[in-house]
Amino acid sequence: MYGSWWGLLPLFLSCVQCLKAIMPFGNTHNNFKLNYKVEEEFPDLSKHNNHMAKALTKEIYGKLRDKQTPSGYTLDDVIQTGVDNPGHPFIMTVGCVAGDEESYEVFKDLLDPIISDRHGGYKSTDKHKTDLNFENLKGGDDLDPNYVLSSRVRTGRSIKGYTLPPHNSRGERRAIEKLAVEALTSLDGEFKGKYYPLKSMTDAEQEQLISDHFLFDKPVSPLLTCAGMARDWPDARGIWHNDSKTFLVWVNEEDHLRVISMQKGGNMREVFRRFCVGLQKIEEIFKKHNHGFMWNEHLGYILTCPSNLGTGLRGGVHVKLPKLSTHAKFEEILTRLRLQKRGTGGVDTASVGGVFDISNADRLGSSEVDQVQLVVDGVKLMVEMEKKLEKGEAIDSMIPAQK
Amino acid sequence: MSGSFRRLISSRSTAVLLASLGAGTMATGVLLNENSSLAAEAKKKLYPPSSDYPDLRKHNNCMASALTPAVYAKLRDKVTPNNWTLDQCIQTGVDNPGHPFIKTVGCVAGDEESYEVFAGLFDPVIKDRHNGYDPRTMKHPTDLDASKITHGIFDENYVLSSRVRTGRSIRGLSLPPACSRAERREVERVAVTALAGLKGDLAGHYYSLGDMTEKEQQQLIDDHFLFDKPVSPLLTCAFMARDWPDARGIWHNNDKTFLIWINEEDHTRVISMEKGGNMKRVFERFCSGLKQVEHLIQERGWEFMWNERLGYILTCPSNLGTGLRAGVHVRLPKLSKDPRFSKILNNLRLQKRGTGGVDTAATGDTFDISNLDRLGKSEVELVQLVVNGVNYLIECEKKLEKGQDIQVPPPLTQFKK
Repeated sequence: MYGSWWGLLPLFLSCVQCLKAIMPFGNTHNNFKLNYKVEEEFPDLSKHNNHMAKALTKEIYGKLRDKQTPSGYTLDDVIQTGVDNPGHPFIMTVGCVAGDEESYEVFKDLLDPIISDRHGGYKSTDKHKTDLNFENLKGGDDLDPNYVLSSRVRTGRSIKGYTLPPHNSRGERRAIEKLAVEALTSLDGEFKGKYYPLKSMTDAEQEQLISDHFLFDKPVSPLLTCAGMARDWPDARGIWHNDSKTFLVWVNEEDHLRVISMQKGGNMREVFRRFCVGLQKIEEIFKKHNHGFMWNEHLGYILTCPSNLGTGLRGGVHVKLPKLSTHAKFEEILTRLRLQKRGTGGVDTASVGGVFDISNADRLGSSEVDQVQLVVDGVKLMVEMEKKLEKGEAIDSMIPAQK
Repeated sequence: MSGSFRRLISSRSTAVLLASLGAGTMATGVLLNENSSLAAEAKKKLYPPSSDYPDLRKHNNCMASALTPAVYAKLRDKVTPNNWTLDQCIQTGVDNPGHPFIKTVGCVAGDEESYEVFAGLFDPVIKDRHNGYDPRTMKHPTDLDASKITHGIFDENYVLSSRVRTGRSIRGLSLPPACSRAERREVERVAVTALAGLKGDLAGHYYSLGDMTEKEQQQLIDDHFLFDKPVSPLLTCAFMARDWPDARGIWHNNDKTFLIWINEEDHTRVISMEKGGNMKRVFERFCSGLKQVEHLIQERGWEFMWNERLGYILTCPSNLGTGLRAGVHVRLPKLSKDPRFSKILNNLRLQKRGTGGVDTAATGDTFDISNLDRLGKSEVELVQLVVNGVNYLIECEKKLEKGQDIQVPPPLTQFKK
């Protein structure tokens, strides 16, 4: 049946060879591995505790292992970080990453259950709402600055037409940087600013960025390095911020862009306004270049880690809660308010001096406005609880219902 | 090439590709299918080699010295039969710019064919690292006849321990940077099966890293046998720590004088060692053990990666040839303080390390002294060189103890002409 095709076989085989050679990564070794049985290639996850290890069965592995996204990203690439990092008995990491927009489609049999597990039962048929209209936020401009030391909203954005940080080549990463810098340096007014490429910043600039708490460094966390995100550091990585140091963009760290709006004090409303306005301005410019942001109505904004799908938004404050944080019901209050606590050093750090980083726990299934609203309302409540506890009063009547 | 041809035909995705392209005419199939070579060609134009060429201006390693834009452009789109690419070879060198004083290699092989497909890079790297050795014109001598060693027993007032190590790769399986889990498990299976066949003073036991008990682990640490997950970015950036500790392990004989590491930086690392100064016996066991293991794997249809240009093929180009490091822990309190110490070592083609191994400092006056070279001289030549050199160093130490002066020896020649 294939007889007449044999003459063209070398052409097709060379097509396949070329396809495999497009990207430097994406485990172009993949077809060769298919000579081994599933059991022989299946990772040993017996000591693992992460979402990937929970979801990946031999059946799913067998079904997906011969697939590749158009850019050559494979199942083994998706899961490598989760195989290399067994996890922690208490902290459930995700254990997988996307290499490109199509990963979420090609490997949906693995990623959908993980997304559901991580994002409160989100179904593969659910739709995600995007709302970046800051005027829909109620209040948020009156958090007590005696308690709320600073306010911050961050998210990520991926640029359509490029593969993601675990997978992209130097050429792509540089193209992303070029486009990002073009977009950002065209901003004016409150968004007028400057770009500092990591590899050519001066010592003075570096010192300043460290003092401003803006500088990001080469990832050391094996969660990121095992996913290939630190390759070629610091090539095409950099930091852009506006002159007033209230709007900051990281280029080519864990995502194409990480966008951060922040300021001292408790005016979360203003922080969120600047966030929304800035994002919209940037998006317009990218769209003009036919490289809009990766987004779809099921998963919202597409980012490298499945934990950041949806809004990719973490809106939070540094807030003094020395009494509340030692209260027996603190954790429960946070859970009911759909908030999480971190130390003031960010993820996986401890609190210092009773000051906590409090932010939204959700990312997917609710909008940006919804999530920031939860932070604003929740923090307001917790500050009131703190004040009550200072006066020696009980707070039991204030404990909220599950949101 | 025929092996990979067969593998490609048998793969399901190729069959799917062929089937889908058969729907219309061949031409439209090629043009319209997103996975076609046209898409590949378009991508290549969008990202010419110059757009991907790494920024090596702050780098000091052999790869950075050898990888010109022209070499990169020529090799970027090539793949080995296992589909290993140039970018994968050089990633570790791009990620680790190096040190102004220490010139690391900066590239690794993913398989035996890497040294051939990417010869445009590896040949100059090999020349740089191995004193001008030219794989295109020279042949590497292999000689594992330990009986040829003379004067191989050191004064134990000075030499505390003697050790010889090398690596061996199993032909047909990808190397640690590239191997899949199944391949790595196969390496483990092949090696462990062979080692189980060793008898007499070489009879021993295998300890899988993932399955060893706490007690076994502690014993291996006390014996200084245990290797841990690599933390050096030189190795982690070369993908060698993937899937740790899957299919990694340690085998050693009951006498604890012959030790094999499985799936660390190479398929196997083979170590022969003893307390004291009997380097001859250490080397005899080394050669005998190696030959027996080779025989045992050959019985099952496997063999080591070796060719006459490069000798034994290992992951890092620095270990090509013999892959051999023969060394001693030796006390040299007076000599080590003599300003001529470094020059003496250099002329003898020896290097010093701390007693913790590579990149460690010496504690007290005890040094790890070993051969510098790996390629272009045989195992016997290198071990004899270490024997002669260490004996010379001990003579110097003794002279200095008696208040006599020492001489810097003339430099040894590099390769047999």
